[in-house]
Amino acid sequence: MRLAVALIAAVVVLGGCGASGGDDETLLVFAAASLSDVLPPLAERFEAERGVEVELVFAGSSALRAQLLDGAPADVFISADRQTMDAAVDGGAIDGAPEIVARNRLAVVVPAGNPGGLGSVGDLARDELLVGLCAPSVPCGSLARAALDAAGVLASPDTEEPDVRSLLAKVVVGELDAAVVYRTDLLAAGDALESVAFDHGPEGEAVYPAGVVRDGDADDAARFIASLLDADGRARFASLGFVEP
Amino acid sequence: MRRVREPIPWPLSVLGALGAALVLVPLVGLVIESPWGDLPSLVTSEVVLDALALSMFSATAAAVLSVLLGVPLAWLLARGAFRGRSVLRAAVTLPMVLPPVVGGAALLVALGRRGVVGEPLDEATGIVLPFSIWGVILANTFVAMPFLVITVAGALGSIDRRYEAAARTLGASSLSVFTRVTLPMIRPALVAGFVLAWARALGEFGATVTFAGNLPGRTQTLPLAVFVALESDRDAAIAMSLVLVTVSLVVLVSLRDRWWGSR
Repeated sequence: MRLAVALIAAVVVLGGCGASGGDDETLLVFAAASLSDVLPPLAERFEAERGVEVELVFAGSSALRAQLLDGAPADVFISADRQTMDAAVDGGAIDGAPEIVARNRLAVVVPAGNPGGLGSVGDLARDELLVGLCAPSVPCGSLARAALDAAGVLASPDTEEPDVRSLLAKVVVGELDAAVVYRTDLLAAGDALESVAFDHGPEGEAVYPAGVVRDGDADDAARFIASLLDADGRARFASLGFVEP
Repeated sequence: MRRVREPIPWPLSVLGALGAALVLVPLVGLVIESPWGDLPSLVTSEVVLDALALSMFSATAAAVLSVLLGVPLAWLLARGAFRGRSVLRAAVTLPMVLPPVVGGAALLVALGRRGVVGEPLDEATGIVLPFSIWGVILANTFVAMPFLVITVAGALGSIDRRYEAAARTLGASSLSVFTRVTLPMIRPALVAGFVLAWARALGEFGATVTFAGNLPGRTQTLPLAVFVALESDRDAAIAMSLVLVTVSLVVLVSLRDRWWGSR
C-alpha cells in the first residue's frame, strides 16, 4: 500500500515536471474527484490572469491525503470532507488554516419516471424498494446516514456502493429504485434522474476545505484558493449545484 | 533414474528471479504490514466472518454450477459437430480476458431488473437477480466457468477414444459411455478445472460489485470487503487480504501434485 502510494506520487511528480519544464511556474493542485467538472475552467482563468500554469490532479480525498503525507509536491489540497483535511493538517502537510471553498448537499434521486413510486424520503424505508447508499467509509455514505438518521428515516439499503459514481450508474439504468447522492450529481445527470424533496440539516452537508500545502508555492496557492472564492469562482460553483461556502 | 544437473543460463536466472520477486514482494509486504497483534480480533469480526462465509458459499456454488453446465458445454465444444462451433468456443472463453467490470455491466444489461431477459423474468416470476446472493453466484459463474470449460474440453480432445468405442460396441448407451468411461478418464482435468473455477470465483470483484452490488451479510464477498475497508480501515483490509491469501494457498498446496505433475 505504501509502495503503491509512493509509485502514484512518483508518477504525479514526473507528470508535473514533464508538463511544465519550469517547475516553479506550475501550481500543482490536488483536488477531490467530485470537483473534476468545476475546477478546470477556474484553473484556466487563473492561468490567464496570473501567468501561472495550473496542473489539476483528481483522486479520492483519502488517496490524495496519503500522497501528501508521503511528500508529494503539491501546492494546494482540496478535500471533499473535513476529516480528511484535518488528518492532512494533523500530519503536518498543510500550512495555516484551511478555508472552505464550497459546500454540497444531498439529494434523494430516482430513475426518470420514478418507477418505484417513491413519494417521500420516508419511503426509503420501504422494504419492497431497491435502495442504494454509498458505503459508510466514503463521505457520501457517512453524510447520507447522518442526514437520514437526523430525519428519522430508517433506510435499509440493498447495496452500499464503494463510490458515488457506481451508485449513480445503478440508479440511472433503473436497477435501483432510489439512492442518496450529491445534489451536483443530480444536476449533472440531466433528464436521467428525478429527485424527491430532502431538506436535510447541516449534518448532511459536504464541505470542501482547501489548504496551502507546506513547502509548496505558498503565495500562488493562497491566490488560487482566493480565486475560487471571488465572484466568478462562486458563480461557477453555483452553476453546477454547489452551495455557497 | 539419475538426475543430470543442468547449467542455468544467467539471463534466465536473473529474469526468472525478477519474475518471482514481482509475485513475492507484494505478498511479503502484506505479511510485514499485517497488524499481527490485532489479527485475531480483526479476522473474527462480524463483517469479516460474514464476508468469508459468503465468499466460500458463492465460490463453491459457482464452481458446482460451472461443472453442471460447463462439462456438457465442454463436451459439445470438443465433440459436437455443428456450425459455429469455433465461434461458440471463442465466445464462451471471452470472460477469461474480458475486464470483469464489463462482464458485470453485460450481466446488468441482460439479467438486471430492467434487462433484456431480467425484466420478463421479474414480471413472470418476481425473481430479481441483482443485489442478491443469486446475483453474486451468477457473476462468479460467468467469470469462472470458462476456466473449467477449456480445461475439460482440452482433456476431452486428448483422451484415447478407443475406450469409448469399445464400451459402445459392448452395448453401452451413449449416456452411460459418458458417465462410466469418459468422465472417469477426464477426472484429473475435471478436478483441476473445478479448483481453477473455484479460485477464480473466490477472487471475483469487478463483475460482482457491478452486477450484485455490495451489502455486508448479503452480497459483500471478501474481495469487496477488502476494497471498501482499504479507504477507511487499512488494518482490517490487510487482515482480510491475509485470510484470502491463506485460503488460496491452502487450496493450491493441497492440489500441487495435480498442478505441477508429481515430482
